[in-house]
Amino acid sequence: MSAPVHEEPTSFAFDAESEARIATIIRRYPEGKQASAVIPLLYVVQKQMGRQTGSAWVPRVAMDVVAERLAMPPIRVYEVATFYFMFNTRPIGRFHLQVCGTTPCWLRGSDEVLRACKDAGALKGYGDTSADGLFTLTEMECMGACVNAPMIAVDDDYYEDLDYESTVKLIEALKRGERPAPGSARGRRSSEAEGGATSLTEAGQG
Amino acid sequence: MAKVTVDGIEVEVPNGASVLQACEAAGKEVPRFCYHERLSVAGNCRMCLVEVEKAPKPVASCAYPVMDGMKVFTDTAVVRQARRNVMEFLLINHPLDCPICDQGGECDLQDQAYAYGHDKSRYGEAKRAVKDKDIGPLVKTVMNRCIQCTRCVRFSAEVAGTPELGGTNRGENMEIGTYVEKALTSELSGNLIDICPVGALTSRPYAFVSRPWELSKTDSIDVLDAVGANIRVDARGPEVLRIIPRINEAVNEEWMADRGRFSFDGLKRRRLDRPWVKRDGKLVAATWPEAFAAIATKLAALPGDRIGAVAGALADAESTLALKDLMAAYGSNNLDCRDDFAAIDTSRPDFFRFNTTIAGIDEADALLIIGSDVRREAPVLNARIRTRWTAGKFPVGFVGPRGVDLTYPAQHLGEGPAAIQAFAETLKAAQKPMIILGRGALQRPDGAAVLAAAWALAEQTGALTPDWHGFNLLHLFGGQVGALELGFVTGKPLAEMLAGGVDALWLLNADGFDPGRIAASTFVIYQGHHGDAMAARADVILPGAAYTEKDATWVNTEGRAQRGRLAIFPPGEAKEDWRILRAYSEGVGRALPYDDTGAIRARLADASPIFARVGDVLRGGCADTTGPVGGPLTDAAFVLPIPVYHQADVISRASDTMAQCAAVYGPQPAMAAE
Repeated sequence: MSAPVHEEPTSFAFDAESEARIATIIRRYPEGKQASAVIPLLYVVQKQMGRQTGSAWVPRVAMDVVAERLAMPPIRVYEVATFYFMFNTRPIGRFHLQVCGTTPCWLRGSDEVLRACKDAGALKGYGDTSADGLFTLTEMECMGACVNAPMIAVDDDYYEDLDYESTVKLIEALKRGERPAPGSARGRRSSEAEGGATSLTEAGQG
Repeated sequence: MAKVTVDGIEVEVPNGASVLQACEAAGKEVPRFCYHERLSVAGNCRMCLVEVEKAPKPVASCAYPVMDGMKVFTDTAVVRQARRNVMEFLLINHPLDCPICDQGGECDLQDQAYAYGHDKSRYGEAKRAVKDKDIGPLVKTVMNRCIQCTRCVRFSAEVAGTPELGGTNRGENMEIGTYVEKALTSELSGNLIDICPVGALTSRPYAFVSRPWELSKTDSIDVLDAVGANIRVDARGPEVLRIIPRINEAVNEEWMADRGRFSFDGLKRRRLDRPWVKRDGKLVAATWPEAFAAIATKLAALPGDRIGAVAGALADAESTLALKDLMAAYGSNNLDCRDDFAAIDTSRPDFFRFNTTIAGIDEADALLIIGSDVRREAPVLNARIRTRWTAGKFPVGFVGPRGVDLTYPAQHLGEGPAAIQAFAETLKAAQKPMIILGRGALQRPDGAAVLAAAWALAEQTGALTPDWHGFNLLHLFGGQVGALELGFVTGKPLAEMLAGGVDALWLLNADGFDPGRIAASTFVIYQGHHGDAMAARADVILPGAAYTEKDATWVNTEGRAQRGRLAIFPPGEAKEDWRILRAYSEGVGRALPYDDTGAIRARLADASPIFARVGDVLRGGCADTTGPVGGPLTDAAFVLPIPVYHQADVISRASDTMAQCAAVYGPQPAMAAE
């Protein structure tokens, strides 16, 4: 299967779903301070691109559209979009595999998770997009799920308590078009202690 | 006010001032890169660290507000060590190759490295490499040298009003640039070169041309727009190598427009370097005596009334006066300095001056611009308006063509004179309303009526009071106001002279009109420095000196007389203009009563009081609100007088640099329809 080619589009317009979202976002800011909405709007762009083209990224024309919508100079939008790693300024694969490599995850075996991503996703390493256009692999800094380390984020969903096998399983499921429920791969509830709850075990105390 | 002690010296500074300002008030030098007096505070270079009593760590003095009783130390062991460390970090990624850098010798980083740099680098790893950006024909980039002080980013956003530069990416990968490669659209882009503290932004035309210590530096005045920016002309031998601004708070602060800064290569091209006389319909090279004889023979045969003189946009006050006196000696009063046919009323100076003054813009609280693209006619003045607009509560109205971007929002009221009334209520509501009327708005058949209408609006909206004069005429070039002040508008007007009203026409730097309008039988003497269209029409050409080649007085749009000085000598046989006229007058037995600079300047001071207070301008209210005489007003749309910013006068039209700019920024050739 050959990868879909994502090129810089010549134009960009928000669709109805995005427009509805934008209306909610812009209302949060006082009149004249709409420029504050630049980060949420770039996020809306990225989501829409994901929906429409299967690659969640922010093309330059879309940054210009955001700038016009928020009445700010385009360069100010470029600055924000290029500053934050969560905005992809280049096309990415259908699924964005964001592997945490920070100390807690690394101690708990993130190297194995990375190896699993490479093997199952046919990826050469960080920054690579698979030939079938399904996966892009990125190294992320701590995403705040240390208790359930090691973890990866697939787009917006956290998959935790991973090891080599469970990561491969996750990626195979993604390939089949399934979307496994986010959270612990070992069935742990949120970030409870490893062996089950040790306190607040009685019911009715909440 | 807050009392602050800096190194034992007690100073009083306003509340809200920064520690750095307090240090400067105490006469202590604090090194800095990102801090700039006229820009917002960024506080990111950390070079200005000082110690403050009871503060646990050194503080960045540019971003630290003073408090009453604060004790500051600028030269302790801790401060010195902190600055040394900051410098070491800055030099990690900065190339250590001053000998091949264009900024060498005038580089803030180089200078401060002498004070705070280590003698050798401890950094052995690979340095960061950044791709150079192409931001147009004027500013060259060497992005490896950038220390990311963001002065350029703040300048283009705050002063120039063209926010096109920014810092993209982050951390190690952060780069200053436009992100999408494009040429900067500012008319003030040359100032980026001055504010860049390192060699990242340098002058493209000056690239690898010279070192600062090789240049002879002459203080002068820019005449390529009517602001009269104070400049320094840097020359080596017979060549001007660059022009940079000097500080004058009342005029240009420390900025300068691109046309004035980069047109100087036009001083070397298409120059008139020897006299020419037309023989049998063809211009042939001549000597000065031959040229003078040709004129003398012609003029001797004519009654004074059949001789006329026109002074143009780049004529200095001395030569304008000398020409006026020469014409008087011939019994002619046919003088006109409005070579662009602008219907200017010279009956009172405040009809043609920028009466509010440039510094007065800071006080105004409403502005109406009529028929003037201030951004392209006077970029530095426009930056001042923008600064005022940034301060808030400053409604701006604009009457003129659509699509003019002044860098601040202006309410577009209409394209013709009728629209000016639409702003009357706003002006009336203001305490100090201002009206700027472009000289270009008077270059039309009903120009006098436009002038009268603008004055009437000023009067009717309370812009003319005993202590506020809100009527302003914005001129286009440095030689225009001086001639008006000298009353170089008498006898037959220009149109009549051209249509055969005179038999001989003496043109002093007059290039403003189409030479084809001169009646075929008219004998034309062209005195000027460039072989532009007008020189080709002349019967005798007298080669004069350009503004960098003479000691001359220039009057800016406010009516401020300022002295330009000779930086290089005129090429070939060209001479200072008033001396040409003086020499000619002697030869024909009508010697003008002055023969040195002191004498002609004394005569200038007699002719108009503004020449007695050089450098100064008397600012006051409006004593007499009677307006100029108008006529029937039509509602034809205003046309801007300068279609291509970079090629507006004989010097910039001869400039290669400006031609490149015109190609990049000018109207692009229309694409064929498919």
